[in-house]
Amino acid sequence: MKEKILINARIIDPSQQMDEVGSLVIDNDGKVKEIGKDIKKSNYSKSTEVYDLQNNILIPGIVDMKAFVGEPGFEYKENFRTLSQAALAGGVTSIVTTPNTNPIIDNVSMVDFIIRRGRDKATVNLYPCASLTKQMEGKLMTEFGLLSARGIIGFSDVLRTVQNTETMARIMDYASDLGVLIMQHVEDYELSKNGCINEGEISMRLGLQGISHIAEKIIIERDLSLLSEFPCRYHINQISSEQSLNVIKKEKENGKEFSVGVSINNLSLNENDIGDFKTFLKLSPPLRLENDRLSLVEGIKNNLIDVIVSDHMPEDVEGKRLPFAQAATGAIGIETLLPLALELYHNESLPLNRIIETLTINPSRILKINKGTLKKGSDADICVFDLNAPWVVKADKLKSKSKNTAIEDRKLQGKILMTFLNGKLEFNA
Amino acid sequence: MAVINKTSAIKSSTKHLLGIQNLSIQEAKRILDEAKTFIKLNRSKSKKLDLLRGKTQINLFFEPSTRTQSSFDLAGKRLGADVMTMNMSNSALKKGETLIDTAMTLNAMHPDLIVIRHQDSGAPNLLSQKVNCSVINAGDGRREHPTQALLDALTIINRKGKIEGLKIAICGDILHSRVARSNIYLMNMLGAEVNVVAPKTLMPKSIDRLGVKSFTDMKKGLDSCDIVMMLRLQNERMQGSFLPSKREYYEYFGLSPDKLKFASKDALIMHPGPMNRGVEIDTKLADDINVSLVKEQVELGVAVRMACLKLYCK
Repeated sequence: MKEKILINARIIDPSQQMDEVGSLVIDNDGKVKEIGKDIKKSNYSKSTEVYDLQNNILIPGIVDMKAFVGEPGFEYKENFRTLSQAALAGGVTSIVTTPNTNPIIDNVSMVDFIIRRGRDKATVNLYPCASLTKQMEGKLMTEFGLLSARGIIGFSDVLRTVQNTETMARIMDYASDLGVLIMQHVEDYELSKNGCINEGEISMRLGLQGISHIAEKIIIERDLSLLSEFPCRYHINQISSEQSLNVIKKEKENGKEFSVGVSINNLSLNENDIGDFKTFLKLSPPLRLENDRLSLVEGIKNNLIDVIVSDHMPEDVEGKRLPFAQAATGAIGIETLLPLALELYHNESLPLNRIIETLTINPSRILKINKGTLKKGSDADICVFDLNAPWVVKADKLKSKSKNTAIEDRKLQGKILMTFLNGKLEFNA
Repeated sequence: MAVINKTSAIKSSTKHLLGIQNLSIQEAKRILDEAKTFIKLNRSKSKKLDLLRGKTQINLFFEPSTRTQSSFDLAGKRLGADVMTMNMSNSALKKGETLIDTAMTLNAMHPDLIVIRHQDSGAPNLLSQKVNCSVINAGDGRREHPTQALLDALTIINRKGKIEGLKIAICGDILHSRVARSNIYLMNMLGAEVNVVAPKTLMPKSIDRLGVKSFTDMKKGLDSCDIVMMLRLQNERMQGSFLPSKREYYEYFGLSPDKLKFASKDALIMHPGPMNRGVEIDTKLADDINVSLVKEQVELGVAVRMACLKLYCK
């Protein structure tokens, strides 16, 4: 590979508190050779490829901690190739994939398959999760040790929660010894039974069973209580309400160590967007009140929430063109993750650096991977974007195999221009 | 034969009757005025008109129903339409056909009206996006039952002359009731003051947002009300999940002569049926022709549905 130099870039890399106009040099092995304002182009030979970024922003490639890839079993919704294309078009270079495939990734042979298949077909860094419990039934823990040894990054039952407290206690106890990452979906089934959307005025008017914020809060309280006894690496996949955030605030102030994620959807939309039964906005956890949305944004600002995820969940038309209660849950979002997050910068809700931090170095630290940074010597996974370019989201223009975007026709500001993976230009708008 | 005015159909932007929430006050009054003209017809010897001759009406019932289904059936036939009733609880849907596919199939047969009852809220809205004819909601999940509210309004107007200024109490399982929702919207729209009465577990938490006063004490909720609407309490709600027992429910929320005394002196009782006698309503009260409008509701239901079919048919 030829050496490359990216010049005239506004480099934002929260992992080294960098926000300056400068250059970045990628060596022959696709690693960051030099970075910063002091690099002189004249030091490099004519054979070095030059990219003039014209003062656009350069950040570490985004690390998305939650996305569904349809393989195996749901190739009609998404596959490694289409997910990679969507990710690269969104500046995402590393993806944690969920294990809710068919069959479910809960044993070693499945891991071997997924890693081989990913290596052959994907053009992004993949970090597969295995399920927390066998068949995601919430009863028997999976082989945390063996699965980790084969390359599993963390354990999650995705949209399912271990309901039994004793089982959860044992999982955390066992995991604390091995040092594996537990990623919990927080939902009490009895309280959320048959629920479709947030419990409130909209659910009353639409005649849909609501999901109270208590269903989320009670599991967070339970797990954090267990965490005092069994201090393992514990991550809450997504929260959705102010009440959950209050619990997290109290526990973090008491010094308890755990991490928290939020979906870009819950930061950008509220229950009113569901309108007249728009099934693309049926999400889990559900969209809640505007007040909850604002609290979550504050939570990011105050370091109570560590990461923003796309919660990319491709669903085909058949799964969504149904009466709301029967419709599938989830929306695609990996390609629009950064542009939608930039909305929070443009409307002055969040500082730009904080947004980038939650998308790059924070997830990498939680996952303990050497990504999300452009320090000298790290892999040159890079996203370049125009902060101000306006565009309109159109589902049929998105690269994902499924078109269930929750933000069709939304006017966004901020466009991905280039994505490099290991120093190679993989996406160029 | 009664004289029927030649009136044009409801304006094209409101092709479907999906709920009271989507209805303007003019449209609601229009349906009620139209329905009044059918009351006399339905009481006369020759009840058949040819207003909808050559039109096809499909009744699509995904949920079992006796009175609503027969009422729509009869209404269509009295207007001269060809009526086909499909009982979907044991049909193609069980073979895995989706609502959309069923809609497309029926649409290919060129119906002019589809009347739908479905257990899922919003199903009529979905159907209406996929067919060329008018869709009338005959009850969806716990969202709306617009023709029930309209027939209730007609029944009240028939007895009290008007709705504006009346005080109406709606009592029972508000949480799960589409009848309650549609009635709250319609009675509010027509100028009544609405009280809702329910045990806390059967009351939606955001009910105040609908412009009603909520009560857990029935005596306070009925205070000086002109109309007392009772709702059906389904059996599965009574066995400890929402309420401790039938006995306790009747004690605090069943309509008895004692509790009725708190309402206005000439208060009238309504119930959408079918009734659980001795659970939500005292059996003698239910049959007392001086206070109970239950039979009249059923009778006027046909008139209201005739009006809806006529106005929404293209």
